[in-house]
Amino acid sequence: MRYAIIGTGVAGISAVESIRSVDRTAEVVMVGDDPHGYYSRPGLAYVLTGEMQDKSLFPKKRDDYARLKFNFLGARVTGIDRERKTLLLDGKAPLTYDKLLIATGASAIPLTVPGANLQGVFKLDDLEDARNILKYAKRGRTAVVIGGGITALELTEGLFARGMNVHYLLRGSRYWSNVLDEHESRTVEGRLQAEGVELHFRSEVQEVLGRAGKVAGVRLLNGKIIKCDLVAYAIGIKPRLSLAQSANLAMDRGILVNEFMQTNDPQIYAAGDVAQAYDPLTGRSVLDSLWNPAREQGRIAGLNMAGQTQPYIKSAPFNVTRLAGLTTTIIGAVGHGRDEDIVGIARGDSETWRQLPDAIVAQSGFDVNRVRLLVGEDHLIGAVVMGDQKLSMPLQKIIEKKINIASIKPKLLAKEARVADVIVDFWTNHLTAA
Amino acid sequence: MSILNVFKTNASRQETASSGQVVPDPSRCVQCGICSYNCPINIDVRAHAWRGEPVKHSECLTCGECVARCPRGVLRFEKTDLFARSKS
Repeated sequence: MRYAIIGTGVAGISAVESIRSVDRTAEVVMVGDDPHGYYSRPGLAYVLTGEMQDKSLFPKKRDDYARLKFNFLGARVTGIDRERKTLLLDGKAPLTYDKLLIATGASAIPLTVPGANLQGVFKLDDLEDARNILKYAKRGRTAVVIGGGITALELTEGLFARGMNVHYLLRGSRYWSNVLDEHESRTVEGRLQAEGVELHFRSEVQEVLGRAGKVAGVRLLNGKIIKCDLVAYAIGIKPRLSLAQSANLAMDRGILVNEFMQTNDPQIYAAGDVAQAYDPLTGRSVLDSLWNPAREQGRIAGLNMAGQTQPYIKSAPFNVTRLAGLTTTIIGAVGHGRDEDIVGIARGDSETWRQLPDAIVAQSGFDVNRVRLLVGEDHLIGAVVMGDQKLSMPLQKIIEKKINIASIKPKLLAKEARVADVIVDFWTNHLTAA
Repeated sequence: MSILNVFKTNASRQETASSGQVVPDPSRCVQCGICSYNCPINIDVRAHAWRGEPVKHSECLTCGECVARCPRGVLRFEKTDLFARSKS
């Protein structure tokens, strides 16, 4: 018996662990084209800011790998021969499998304006990208950041922390408009501006200008020119689908999988950013680009590959991130519409956040400590907690477990409601009663 | 962990140093490793967070570096009650 896993991210490693928890003897092979294997991709943001060194991004130690007993094959998979159950590898002998997991993740949607291939234009997909950015980022020089969502902000903060003058360009009129509300966007923008980041709203790059093959500036659609030495962009990500496509697996925006993370080929599973998972509760198949769903999907895929029958229960999509230094938790459905700065989905993003059913907003707090709740009929359906995080764990539970909050709804929606106090009282009573 | 403790996240320094431990919330963790990177005595805090286990490490100084540095609020101090078992 041989399990093959394509991809070295958290979905892949989590699948190795769960396969091993059931099957101690079968052969497990992980194949991937990232020469660094498994590391924390979200941690790249903190390497950029200088809060940690990249050698600390690797969660597993030598004995962890020895315990898991699997082989890592550094190679690019060029095709899947489903009939022969074989992976075709670039420059290496083909590899047969009995069960296969595709966990290839997603990659940055490329910038396509003229000049985008000049030296000094960067995306942030992997450790090599982060290293290249750091090599190129020079104190006192100028950088332009293009895009939206978490990654664009991470690039802005990272380059700024490295002493660069940063211009952050937004096509829209505010930051992350389909997840954050206006107040939250303005809070983040205000903090960036106070630090010295220059924000440009309604600004779109028409061309990256070069000199001797290197970035020298950008020209905006309105004709304005910003001189700069580096351009970094994060305009959205796309599941890496080419293998699934050439193998004729069922796909939509991602590889379609049932609740057992199984594709339309019963021997092939998919998990993580590349998978579009079926949610039996809503009947929808959605993309998430979040660490924890990827870890859980990998775990479930591994168990099912190893012969168990375990469905993936999608929980309220949840992310904690730091926006201009403010810890921010986003839970459930909080936004709507389209963000002009992101194509489709961004990293650390969930399509579910924008599936907003009827809800009324309750909010309290000013600036740095703020809570926004999306109040449905009898339940909370979403929350954004910025700054002080005491409420985020109770809110996560209330939303995830669909705890009935009808008794406090009038209090939450009252004028000048003290939302935080109402939630604290409710949660304390709930726990005491339970 | 007692979920009620969530509103009393940061026990006082002395309390914690004498009878506390660092507890992770794995659902918030992305394994970046800032915690392990900053531990002055090289405890692999991140591995505890992956497994969802409190840092029950006899050498932990409860200095709070990992709690303070974590960018995602994964870690908090919780008072340990050494007599909890005998009471229940």
